[in-house]
Formats: sequence, structure tokens, C-alpha cells
Amino acid sequence: MLTNSILTITTFVPTAGAVVVALLPRKGRIIQWWTLLVALATFVLTLHLPAHFTYGQQGFQFEQNYSWINHPAIHYHLGVDGLSMWLVVLSGFLSVIGVLASWNAIERRTKEFYFLFLIQQTSIIGVFVALDMFLYYGFWELSLVPMAILIAMFGSERGPKTALKFFSYTFIPSALFLVAILWMYAKTGTFDFVEMQRSLTTNVSLFSPQALWWVTLAFLVAFAVKVPVFPLHGWLSDTIYEAPIAMAMVVAGKLGLYSIIRYVLGLFPAQARIFGPLMIALAVIGILYGAGVALAQTDVRRLVSYAMLSALSFATLGIFSFSVSGLDGAVYQTLNEGISGSAILILVAFLHERYGTYEMKQYGGLAARLPNMATFYVITALSLGGLPILNGFVGEFLVLSGTFAQHWRWTFFATLGVILSAAYLLWMIQRIFYRPQSSMVINSAAPDILGREYAALVPIVILMFCMGVFSPYWIHAIDDGVAGLADRSAQATHIITNPVLAEKR
Amino acid sequence: MNTTPDVLRILPEVILTITGVLIMVIEPSLPAGANRKSMGWLATVGVVAALGASLYQYQLPPGTGFFGFVQTDAFSAFFHVVICGIVLASMLIALDSIGGPTGDLGEYFALLCFGAVGMLLMTSAVELLLVFIGLEISSISTYILAGFRRKSARGPEAALKYFLLGSFATAFFLYGIALVFGATGTTAVYTIAPQLGSSQMPLLAIAGLGMILIGIGFKVSAVPFQVWTPDVYEGAPSPVVALMSTAPKVAAFAVLLRVLYGALPALHTRWVPIVWWLSVLSMTFGNLGALRQKSVKRMLAYSSIAHAGYILAAFTALSPDGVAAASFYTFSYAAMNVGIFAVVSHAGGFDDRLTLIEDYRGLAYRSPLLGAAMAFFLISLIGIPFTGGFFGKFYVFSSTLHAGFVWLTVIGLINSGIAAFYYLRLATAVYSKAPETSPADSVPRPAMSLLFALLLTVAATLILGIVPGRILDMARAGAGTYSSVNPAADANTANR
Repeated sequence: MLTNSILTITTFVPTAGAVVVALLPRKGRIIQWWTLLVALATFVLTLHLPAHFTYGQQGFQFEQNYSWINHPAIHYHLGVDGLSMWLVVLSGFLSVIGVLASWNAIERRTKEFYFLFLIQQTSIIGVFVALDMFLYYGFWELSLVPMAILIAMFGSERGPKTALKFFSYTFIPSALFLVAILWMYAKTGTFDFVEMQRSLTTNVSLFSPQALWWVTLAFLVAFAVKVPVFPLHGWLSDTIYEAPIAMAMVVAGKLGLYSIIRYVLGLFPAQARIFGPLMIALAVIGILYGAGVALAQTDVRRLVSYAMLSALSFATLGIFSFSVSGLDGAVYQTLNEGISGSAILILVAFLHERYGTYEMKQYGGLAARLPNMATFYVITALSLGGLPILNGFVGEFLVLSGTFAQHWRWTFFATLGVILSAAYLLWMIQRIFYRPQSSMVINSAAPDILGREYAALVPIVILMFCMGVFSPYWIHAIDDGVAGLADRSAQATHIITNPVLAEKR
Repeated sequence: MNTTPDVLRILPEVILTITGVLIMVIEPSLPAGANRKSMGWLATVGVVAALGASLYQYQLPPGTGFFGFVQTDAFSAFFHVVICGIVLASMLIALDSIGGPTGDLGEYFALLCFGAVGMLLMTSAVELLLVFIGLEISSISTYILAGFRRKSARGPEAALKYFLLGSFATAFFLYGIALVFGATGTTAVYTIAPQLGSSQMPLLAIAGLGMILIGIGFKVSAVPFQVWTPDVYEGAPSPVVALMSTAPKVAAFAVLLRVLYGALPALHTRWVPIVWWLSVLSMTFGNLGALRQKSVKRMLAYSSIAHAGYILAAFTALSPDGVAAASFYTFSYAAMNVGIFAVVSHAGGFDDRLTLIEDYRGLAYRSPLLGAAMAFFLISLIGIPFTGGFFGKFYVFSSTLHAGFVWLTVIGLINSGIAAFYYLRLATAVYSKAPETSPADSVPRPAMSLLFALLLTVAATLILGIVPGRILDMARAGAGTYSSVNPAADANTANR
């Protein structure tokens, strides 16, 4: 019974919670506690998925498929596979962490904040579980609104401008994406992902390669902006800087990367191949560019935003290797980025709550004052930097090994990015924690990590270790999801030159 | 065969006429200082009754009345419901924003009723002369309403502009009718089509088509006939703009559908390119114009021009889907536009205390309800999913793409992307930190009638966005009344 409707319940529990938030009084911490409860409930519900997932099964599970609107033929179709399952769980997990991270940071306008926060949760989970293009597009676009309003509300003086920038960057490519969806509907008569996929493979003659090229481009650009992929990253830094932490945690990465894998590779394997070399080049440029710019930052929050660009470009690289291990690595890297990226953002915010600045120049020697904080920083930095036994290593290793076979030159440059990331992360730690104590640190006393902050950080750190050591547990499901994609992509061009793929088979 | 009494074919119009006359009779008999808001409530009751009568007409077997002058069918009933809904909401808005006892209130609500009669007639008339009479009744009422702020300098200016350009447009429309009559020997919509085939003078009919398009183009403020729109919206009282930016346009679009699909489908090779251009120009100029505006009402005026462009886009599809999409879009446009003018009317009052986008800064903190409502309607105007605005656009552009108009679809959706920019600028202003003393501080508490109006428009926008099934069925039933649209017509245009 629960298994039949679990996805609907998981997706809309946050919305129901948001409606209640709108009715709660603005007194004390009632709204916070309620939202925490809703987020915990959502997380527990998402855990139902891995508990009842059937491994080794192709296709979608926990499916629900009803007719929603008769004409145009729109279905309410939900389902997950190995590709999306862990992303749903991650979203549930991060929503709990997000509430904890906002606990003290958001003191005014809590009702608006938590209402929009919960709507955002629905839209994110919705993107991962929707299998009807109309429904998917709905959640995809909906996710922009809470983000933009919250940036305008809680950002600095430049908040409203940043909100506009963020929104336009994503919305205008999405308009062309909608044209592409409508075109696909006009051709296939369905918005259903599974049927569209079938139609694309069986009625090849319906689609001219040139038109498909344009459609793929529209899909790809809309998703690449959201990742972001190198030349489309203009919104990222400001958005990460101005958004409330709980929002900055989820703004980049997973939505776009998941969509590229699901829709670009899933629907248009041959066209994706055509864009492959370009995307690999952009990904490697993104890795190096992000790392280089991060090295030059004096502001720690900006540094983190460029580090994210670099880390996310690894995932893009893995996707366009079209190999099983590259795709595994890409999904894994997406999860890592969600976890470790959130951790570093939360840590940066905790530092800002204590000292009121993001300028690394003003810090120094904090390790003596805040030893526990320093520990968390070091672990998170090592996770981001890809140290073995932590989660980051698994993702980067899989991506690089999956890419190496076909693009060893590009892979070489990408590996330089790993080294650079270690450089800027360790340099950041050094500047904040290990120089002689700065006057600001000496003059202003601040507490070390507090109880509530432990609640947010400890689960993340445990997860970093688990995902570093027991990676097969996660990869197992992801493999089921991506193996078919890699196959299709290989068949699409009849080039099977990838030894990793051959070995897997 | 036609057993339904004729009067049932014009029942909503009759009810509203009686209501309007009653108000005119009762109002002077009230003591001089008495609160005349009761007249507004009387008018509201009348509109609710007319709404009920329209829904009743939807159940009636379709047919004509009064010697083939009016026809009630799914199409007319759909537009009747939309127009009655708009008039109802705009009355509730006026009841909220007109403060204190005013001597003019009786006339105000009586004019609203008479205007509604004209618009309703436009949608059910199948005789071009009756369409013209309906157009005149509705236009004259709205000319007067536009100038209702007599003491402000802008009010009479707005009314005069609207009157001059409006009468010019009706003259074009009438001339067009005359030319069509010259070509076909009839002014009955459904006899024009068969006559047109045997017409000796096709050029006359084409000239008539052009004139009619110009006349309607003015009424729906399609580019290049839009120049009056921003000035009139700025000068007219906001509750009136809530009405005149929606209801007369909805009626005019209904007329345009009747004329193009009912009377002149044979000329589609002529009018499809014209409408294509009207649509593209309206979308593009509307949105680019709106980007530059600082005044909220002027911005919304340009936005309404752009929305007229989206609706016109659906006309090109030549399919039942196209007609249904245009009808559906008028509904969702009406819901969200009346909704946002409800907020603007309340925040700015009858005499426009808040004019600039800047003035709305921090509105959400002064009044969370109004701020949230405004953001909600802006989100729908942008076209974010799960709102009527999105589904309308989705359906319109799905139909144009199906008909093979790839460029129209691309231009339309890029336009909607540009439009997001100015809507969002207002939305972020509403939610950003207010300056020390903000003009938004003066916003009074909403009255019960405004809450009703907001409830009505929010509910309509959400229903149209999330569960549009029933309304889509109604719109499609309306589209089904046109035998001229058939799948074969699709094939003709697929090459474009």
C-alpha cells in the first residue's frame, strides 16, 4: 500500500507542511520545530525507497501513473530507478540539514522562509521522481520561484538584482526547452518519458537528425545552466553568496546533472554523442577555471562557490565519457557535492555567524580557539579534495578512470584540477585556522561548535566516511540505473571502444 | 425544432439589464448622505444571478433565438461565464477601494451592469450588426467608467483618449461589416461562410476582413493599434482597469473567433499571416515596452498587450485546439490580471496612491496577505507551472507548434522569458527590505469584499493551473461548435 503511493506522499508531505506553516502563529520557534518535523518525516519517507528497492531490475520502480489531463495527454507519472533513488534520499537528508543550518541564521520572516523552503523541497523531489515531461517541467520551473524570492528577501542590498539574474539565467533557456518538449509532443503524441523513449527508438524515421540536434541542444543548454557548465556559470557565485545557506546548498548541481543523464542521454543518446567532445572540453575548462578562480579568492564564501563549479564539472566530465564507470562516478560526485558542498557552506555560515565576515584576511589562528570547528573544516576540505577513504575520492576516481580510456589528454588536465583543489582548500584552512592569531580572533570571543550545530554536521561527516568506505552499497543501485544508458549510447553510434564498458559486460 | 423560449437565449443579459435599471431607479431615492455601497451589493447579486444563468445556458440544447440574431452554445456559455466572473470580481474590488459614501456609486455600478450586457451580447451574437450593438454598449459604458476620477487631471484625459480611439476603432469595425455585406449580401455570421464561396467580389470581403481586424485589434490592444493602452490604464481608476483590461478584450476575442472561424474560414490563407504578425508584434513590443516602465499600471498595460499577442498566436493554429487554447488563455489571463489589479486597487486606492514599482517595496511586510497575493499573480503572469498562466501558454504554444509554426512558438516562449524579468522585478520589490518610510505603509486593511475577490481569482488561477480538465473540456466543447476547424486544415499549414 505504502509502496504504491510512497513517491506521491514523499513529494507532497513538504507542501502539506508548508500550508500548515502559513497558518501557524509567528511565535517563538513553533515554525522551526514544525518544519524540522516535516523535514524529518520527508527524510524517513525517502528511506523507504532504498529499503524496498529491487536491485538488478531494469526500468522504474514505485511507479504511479494516472491520467491527469485528457487532452493534451498529460499523465501524473512518478517513478524512480537507480539513477534517481539516491538523489531523492539525498534531498530528504539535506532538507533536515537545511532546517538545522537555518535555525539561528533566519530569525525574521520565518514564516515566509520556511513556507518557501518546504515548497522548494517538493519541487526538488518532484524533479527526481516525475516521469512525465509536463510534470517534470512543472517541478523544474517551480524550483526557481522560492529560490528567487528568498534571495531577494534575505540577500544583501544586491539581493533583488541577484535574484533577477539567477531567475533569468535559468528561465530563458527553459523557454526554449519548453519549445523542445512541445515539439517532441507534437511528434510523439505523448509527454511520458518512457513512451517518448520508446517512440524515439522504434520510429526513427519520424525524426530528422537535424531537428533532433536542435532539440537536444535546447535540453542540454537548459540543464547545463542549472549545473552550471563552464560558460553558463555567471549566476552561480552571486547566488551562492546572496542566498540563505539552506537554499545555497541545493541551488547548484543535482537537478541539472540528473536531468542531463535522464533526458539528454536517455532520450537522445546519438545526439549526446555529438555534443560529447564539446562537453568534455567545457567540463575540463570548468574544472581548471573554477579551481584557478577559487585560488584567487580572498572571500571564503566566493571561494566555495568556485570550488563548487570545479567539483560539479567533474560530474559533467563523467557523464560525457558515456562509460558505466564515468556515469557511476558522475552520479556519485553529484551526491558528494550535495553532501560535502553543503557541509562547507554550513561551516562557512557558522564562521560568519560568529565573526560577521567572510574575508579570510581577517581570520588567522582560529584552530587554537575553535578546535572542533577546525576538525570539521579539515575533514570537509579533505572530502572535497578527494582524499581516499572519504566520499570525494570515489567519485573523482570513477570519473577519471571512466574518462581516461577515450580522452586521456583531457583526463590529464582534469587530474590537475584535483591537485589544484587540494591547494585552494588547504590554503583556505591555513589562512583561517593556522596563521598567527589575528586581532579579530583575539578580540572577539566566540563559542566552538554548539549542540544544534553538531546535529547538522555529525551526520554529514559520518556519511562522508561511509560513502568513502562502503561505496559499493550506493554504486550497486546507481549501476542499475546507468548501465542501460551507457549501452544505449554505445549502440547509438556502434562504437564500442570503451574497455571499461566491455569489462563490465 | 427550436422549442427553447427566445428569452432564455439572452437570460443573463436580461438579468443584468434589470439590475442596472433597478439601481438607476433606487439610487436617487436614497437620502443624500446615505451609504450607497448597498447599490454595489445589489449589482453583485445581479451578476451572480447572471453567472448562474450563463451556466444554465451551458446546459441548454444549443440553438438560436430572435430570428437567428443570438446563439447560445458551449462557446458563448464559456465566454459568458468568464465575463460574468470578471465583472463580479471587479465589482467586489470597487466595493473595497471606493472609500466612504460617494454620490456617484449608483451610476458606477449601473454602468458596470450595462457594460457587461454589451460584452455578453458580443459573445452570443451571431449577427454582425448585433455584435456591433453589443460592442457599442460595452464601449460607451467603459468610456464613462475610465473617466470616473473627474477631479484628477489624468481621469478625463484617459477617458477622452479611450473614447476617441475607441470610436475610431468601432467605425472601422462597422465599415468592415458593410464591406462583408457588400461581398456576400448577408451579415449573419453563419451564412457568410457559404455565401463567400460563390461571392463575385472576393476583394471586398478581404477588405472587410482587414477593417474588422483593425477594429478588433484596437479593442484587444494588439500592436500596432495599442497606443492608447498605457495612458488609459494609467489614468483610469484601478478597479475600472481590472475590468477594462480583461472583460472587453475577452469579448472582443470571442467576436474575433466567431468572425474568423465562423464567418471567414475560407479566407484563412489571408488572415493567418496577418494574425501571425499581429501576434509577434504584440508580444515583442508589449514585453520590450514593459521592461522600460517604472509605473506599475503602465507596466501592466504593456504586459496586457503582450498577453493579447499570446492569445492571437493561438488563432493561427486553425484547429479545435487553437480555438480552445485561445478561449482557455482568455480565462486564465482574466483570472490573473483581475487578481493583480485587485491588489493594485487596494494598495493604491481609487485615486492611485502607489504608482511606481519602487512604491511597492516592502508591501509584503506591511501586509503579508497582499504581498503574497501579488507575488502569486506575478508568478502566474510569468508563466510558472501549476498556475493558469502557465497552462494557458503551454496550451497555446502546443497548438501553434502542432500546426507547424515553429518560429511563432520560439518567439512566443522567448518573449515569455523576457517578460519574467519585469514581473519578477515587481515581485522582488514587494519582498525586498522596505525603506524607512515606505509609501506602502499607508495601505489599509482589506475589506471583506476584496478578500472575496482575491479568493475568487486565486482559486481560479490555481484551478486553471492544476486541475484544468473541466474548463478545458468546456473550452474544447466551445471550439467544437466550429465546423470550419478540422484536421484537414492542419495539413494545409503544416508546411509553413
